[in-house]
Amino acid sequence: MENQKPIIHRKDLHWWELFYIPQIINGMRITLSQVFRPKFTRQYPEEKWNPPSSFRGRPVLVEQNGVERCVACGLCSRVCPALAIDVQASETELLKERYPVRFEINMLRCIFCGFCEEVCPEEAIVMSKEFELVFRHQEDAIFGKDKLLIPADKLKDRLEFLRKNR
Amino acid sequence: MVKITIDEKVFEVENNLTIIQAARQNGIHIPHFCWHPTLSVSGNCRVCLVEVEKMPKLVIACATQVAEGMVVKTNSEKVVKARNAVLEFILINHPLDCPICDEAGECKLQDYAYKYSVGESRFDFDKVRKPKRVELGPNVMLDTERCIMCSRCIRFCDEIVKKPQLVFTQRGDHVELTTFPGEKLDNNYSMNVIDLCPVGALTSKDFRFKSRVWDMSSTDSICVGCSRGCNTKMWVRNNEILRLTPRYNSSVNQYWMCDHGRLNTFKHINSPNRINAPMIRKEGRLIDVGWDEAIAKAASELKSYKKSEIAALGSAHATNEDNYLMAKLMNFIGVKRIDFLPHLDENNKDNILLQEDKSPNSFGAKTVGVKPETIEYSYQHIIEDIKNGKVKALYVIDDDIASNPGIAHVLPKLEFLLIHASNENETVKYADVVLASSTYAEKHGTFTNFSGRVQRNKPAISTLEHDRVLDNMSLSRLDRFGAHNDRWTRGIKRDTRATWRIINSIAAILGAKWKYNNCEDVFNEIAASVTAFNGLSYSKIGNSGALISVTKEQAKVRL
Repeated sequence: MENQKPIIHRKDLHWWELFYIPQIINGMRITLSQVFRPKFTRQYPEEKWNPPSSFRGRPVLVEQNGVERCVACGLCSRVCPALAIDVQASETELLKERYPVRFEINMLRCIFCGFCEEVCPEEAIVMSKEFELVFRHQEDAIFGKDKLLIPADKLKDRLEFLRKNR
Repeated sequence: MVKITIDEKVFEVENNLTIIQAARQNGIHIPHFCWHPTLSVSGNCRVCLVEVEKMPKLVIACATQVAEGMVVKTNSEKVVKARNAVLEFILINHPLDCPICDEAGECKLQDYAYKYSVGESRFDFDKVRKPKRVELGPNVMLDTERCIMCSRCIRFCDEIVKKPQLVFTQRGDHVELTTFPGEKLDNNYSMNVIDLCPVGALTSKDFRFKSRVWDMSSTDSICVGCSRGCNTKMWVRNNEILRLTPRYNSSVNQYWMCDHGRLNTFKHINSPNRINAPMIRKEGRLIDVGWDEAIAKAASELKSYKKSEIAALGSAHATNEDNYLMAKLMNFIGVKRIDFLPHLDENNKDNILLQEDKSPNSFGAKTVGVKPETIEYSYQHIIEDIKNGKVKALYVIDDDIASNPGIAHVLPKLEFLLIHASNENETVKYADVVLASSTYAEKHGTFTNFSGRVQRNKPAISTLEHDRVLDNMSLSRLDRFGAHNDRWTRGIKRDTRATWRIINSIAAILGAKWKYNNCEDVFNEIAASVTAFNGLSYSKIGNSGALISVTKEQAKVRL
């Protein structure tokens, strides 16, 4: 007896409701009231969105005085849960001694978690505001230093955000 | 024997030990920087402080001898506090440049700071600045700022190499490690100070910035630089060997290996002059062919000569298994002329590790049967017989015989030269069939060192023959989780085969009914049929090797 389904009594429709026309008019009233409100829709490809500084777009390398800040310590590569980052270090004459001769992020692997940015001791890899990533081949998705290096001026927003929220 | 108590556990230990030794014997780790089991006690790092009951102050475990009834505490509140203080002192002037330091990941200071220190410094002033990027010698770089003045490297040069080359100058926090005026750290064991250095002050020039240690896999291996057979670890990333480090073996090499072995025994493995596929000479040029064709050609050529016209050279660079099958194949064909070339150099010997025999397996090759029955079948006579036309076909495994000018000029007289080679070399220029063989880093096998110790060698580099996961090779994190389309898993995989396997294939065509599925099968047969190897097996050899039983007669053939 307990397993028996409870009997649901549906309310019978009122004759006024069975008439339909008033219901349609009521629906149109809501629709029309929305038409004259301000629009939320963005005409996306033509109209770009500027994300807030907390946004985690594709990771990029910070370039300062013409060279990357990165010292190729490999912590980003170690912490990356998706194994997206591959770094090869080499020696430089600069004071920092060490620099990445090759730095590759496989954007097909990247999950935009921001761990690389968090672990970086040099504030050299940060999450940018870029989120438009389209590839035709797997190989195109591997971003080398040519695509990753971005001057520090262009990353001011994010660098300030990081400093504020450290 | 005395009874002592360490951390509330009672142990009975010999009475000439220090506390740190006694603790170590019983599996209790007392942190230490300057103490090393084979070096003298200097007692300057102060991190091994322990509390001993009835002693007024904490004592250093490395310089305090055990005594009857001694009660030692290694983790009491007092000890923990003192240890933390010591680490805080050391870190006052130690730069925080772990991101660019090659030692990171295997650094004692990193480990101890993580484990035993509270992780905060109360020191607000500037750190002392000292020279960085100092070249101490041809193979070792020094970062003076990182040095914590443990003096291990100095004691190593003084006591083990017996060539005092390093010294401290200045006083207090300005102490600097340097070489004596006009000297360089250029002894043949200099790179051991890199392993000894508990921090990243001394680093390898060769390995500098090549890889982080946590990105590599390490495989237990044997050095092939001389007949000592030092135990090593082979560090591999992306199927490429990046460095060798010594592995402790009390009866072979202790903690050390020489610079020659460390630097010169692995570079040929990933060199661009590797032979990646078997080759046959057609119209004067060597052309890549498939394995079936090359082996069929080798077998049919061997068949076409009389057995008195064939000679064979085994190799002191090849494993016991390779040499055993070589001898067995020649026995099967009925060839009597079999020997191998010795690689002796009187000047190569020193009284630390290096031996005058520059090949790893001369003793083994002889013991498993690569030796002439009588003197007229020896390699000197083989060369003579090539000259006067008695020998028309020569089969050589894994040895660059033509690098010897005395032999190179007789090779053109041969009608057929069949060789196994891993790299382009002088002998390849004369060869008619070249079978691409795996190097020692790409195959299983055993080497017998000068004292008759058989040691295992395992593949660290995968070829088409070996799969890293399926063949139980050591894996790095990247190997474990990388997919086939990740760039770092795309290291070159060569189409080479182990010499014993190639010989096995040739023998099969010639009609021998051998059944070896893997290298261990070959070794088990050696153990059963060669008296000196009786009772041995791969599991018995293990990581530290096993001695073969050597009779006086066999000891004579020892080089």
